[in-house]
Amino acid sequence: MESIYLTIVLAPLVAAILAGIGGRAIGRVGAQSVTILGVAISFALSALVLKRMVFDGAPTFDGPVYTWLVSDGVTMQVGFLIDHLSALMMVVVTFVSLMVHIYTIGYMHDDSGYQRFFSYISLFTFSMLMLVMANNFMQLFFGWEAVGVVSYLLIGFWYTRPSAIFASLKAFLVNRIGDFGFVLGIAAVLYYTGSLDYSTVFAHAHAIAAARLQITPTISWSAISFTCICLFIGAMGKSAQMPLHVWLPDSMEGPTPISALIHAATMVTAGIFMVARMSPLFELSNTALSTVLVIGATTSFFMGLLGVVANDIKRVIAYSTLSQLGYMTVALGASAYASAIFHLMTHAFFKALLFLAAGSVIIAMHHEQDMRKMGGLRKYLPITYWTFLIGSLALIGFPGTAGFFSKDALIEAVGRSQLPGAGYAYVCVTAGAFVTALYTFRMFFMTFHGEERMDHHTREHLHESPWVVTLPLVLLAIPSAVVGWFAIRPLLFGDFFAGSIQVAPTHDVLGAMGAEFHGPAAFLLGALGGLPVWLAAAGVACAWLFFLKRPQLADAAERRFQGLYRILVAKYGFDWFNDHVIAAGARRLGGGLWRFGDQDVIDGAMVNGSARTVGWFSSVMRNVQSGYLYHYAFAMILGLASLLMWLLWRT
Amino acid sequence: MITLTEVLTLSGLLFSIAVAGVFLNRKNVILLLMCIELMLLAVNFNFVAFSRFLGDINGQIFVFFILTVAAAEAAIGLAILVVLFRERRSIDVEDLDSLQG
Repeated sequence: MESIYLTIVLAPLVAAILAGIGGRAIGRVGAQSVTILGVAISFALSALVLKRMVFDGAPTFDGPVYTWLVSDGVTMQVGFLIDHLSALMMVVVTFVSLMVHIYTIGYMHDDSGYQRFFSYISLFTFSMLMLVMANNFMQLFFGWEAVGVVSYLLIGFWYTRPSAIFASLKAFLVNRIGDFGFVLGIAAVLYYTGSLDYSTVFAHAHAIAAARLQITPTISWSAISFTCICLFIGAMGKSAQMPLHVWLPDSMEGPTPISALIHAATMVTAGIFMVARMSPLFELSNTALSTVLVIGATTSFFMGLLGVVANDIKRVIAYSTLSQLGYMTVALGASAYASAIFHLMTHAFFKALLFLAAGSVIIAMHHEQDMRKMGGLRKYLPITYWTFLIGSLALIGFPGTAGFFSKDALIEAVGRSQLPGAGYAYVCVTAGAFVTALYTFRMFFMTFHGEERMDHHTREHLHESPWVVTLPLVLLAIPSAVVGWFAIRPLLFGDFFAGSIQVAPTHDVLGAMGAEFHGPAAFLLGALGGLPVWLAAAGVACAWLFFLKRPQLADAAERRFQGLYRILVAKYGFDWFNDHVIAAGARRLGGGLWRFGDQDVIDGAMVNGSARTVGWFSSVMRNVQSGYLYHYAFAMILGLASLLMWLLWRT
Repeated sequence: MITLTEVLTLSGLLFSIAVAGVFLNRKNVILLLMCIELMLLAVNFNFVAFSRFLGDINGQIFVFFILTVAAAEAAIGLAILVVLFRERRSIDVEDLDSLQG
């Protein structure tokens, strides 16, 4: 089995190296073939592994592959932990990645960096696989950082655009903040358990829970809460939770396929996956869970609102991603880890679908992304239209779609949570259902229905995208539509995650729901009477009324609530705050340190100062050398006298 | 009878006058040379006195050497003085400060 796991990881890496270094030699077709082959091998083997685990009952694999170094009893090694959780993640990652690879053939067709792009996305797949398959914190951190680096490369893929460079730098820097917390968390784990291996750490979780962190002689923190919150700060950076979400909307500067791959389906889910993986730790700290709950709830609702005012089609989907990541985080906080992973999976499918479909629209519109210049595209792009519709329905949780099962179960689980902050979170996620439907169908109607607002030249060239673009759309639409029916029972209420996720009995909201679960059809019927479904329907109706039937109503509302509108357009001022307070403050601090610390103290006082002191001293001493004979003679006599005096004194 | 103390006092007085001459004289280099000669003579006087009172003739032999050296030194000193005067048209001590740092 070990060789299979190695192949899964290494195939994309080898492909990335071949396409990256030998890109010129093997050409465009060679690069695309070798990377698609690499990822396809990974996907096929991942599917095989999942099948063996689920249907043939293969045991969990947990073992080292290569020992990197042993230092003071701490072993750092490359190792795999393959259980149901990681096997599921591997399949999701490789499947979405494969779809994106195929799609890229069509989308990047005219780009001069074709081979480079394929190399990057393959490298990204490798990084993500290393992350999800890790059996220790070291490798998790490696994957974590590698994913960050590749996302930096991909966001700044069009490196001649200043905005892309800015966005890639922003993503990198914001992620560094999260990583700082993550490293602290890993260090805390190592400090308290003396090991980086998951199995050892989880076995010693109670040792962390018992410890206290002495801050001052009178104040002490619970070590487990500190550790978990630090780890969660890492997750906030990578999974774009408030206030570290600012990088994700800007990262839409990259080409659309990577928006689908990285900023919807895989990389941003790393934080969610990590917290689910760390469930044995998080379960021990109610403080940490409440923090997770509140931050996730805030992100889910308030980021969704931003989607309502955005006009760039990719940005709307980006805000929707933020909001959905907030949902997953809320589920983590409510201890419904399985629900979070379930939503992660369905979201990966329909969000990748939405991004790729938006990319298809962008191709047709000749790289125009502003929805105010679209409209009525339905008859020009039939396949894109229908797949986009399926993705939208899954996103808003239309009964029967994959998103419905995951989201509705998630909201119900949050409603049952007893943790502090759960009430607030429940209100946020329920209201979020309305907002989600509103912005999703606003985008849908503005793009595909209504009058055609594009210019004459663009309209003449409108046509459906080639099959390499539409095939991934169709392949992604299928699981987006149906996967919920099969997956809900084993994932949420079965023992699928029994070996991977631990939930304390007092937190077990999914277990309580499972007692009342009688199959997906009954779940569907039960949910039809629930609030989220009707709120979503109301959202769609509002979107129809405001943006399709009576667009002047939307303008009127914009004028009526101008204050609110301005806050939303300014994105709550996070960017302003970061630019003017944090960045400007850091620059001012750096400038001050440079001017005072470097120029004045080091250069002025120490380097030039010592030279100047020597100069001053010698200029004073120079006066002794008057050049007059009688002065010298006087000094000689004085010296002689004092020497004699000293001799006399001594005896 | 003249005692050793009186002779040594005279010698110390001569030496002090010479030192005072070196300090107080601001005008003339020749006077400086003369003061140095006077110092040497004061020292010679010591030699002679000790030689006389201790009954050791060696002290007086030393005086010959010192006088010889002093004569040579005076010759060199006056020669330098002549060159200096040609160069500077002055033998004023106040002007001779080219060693100043």
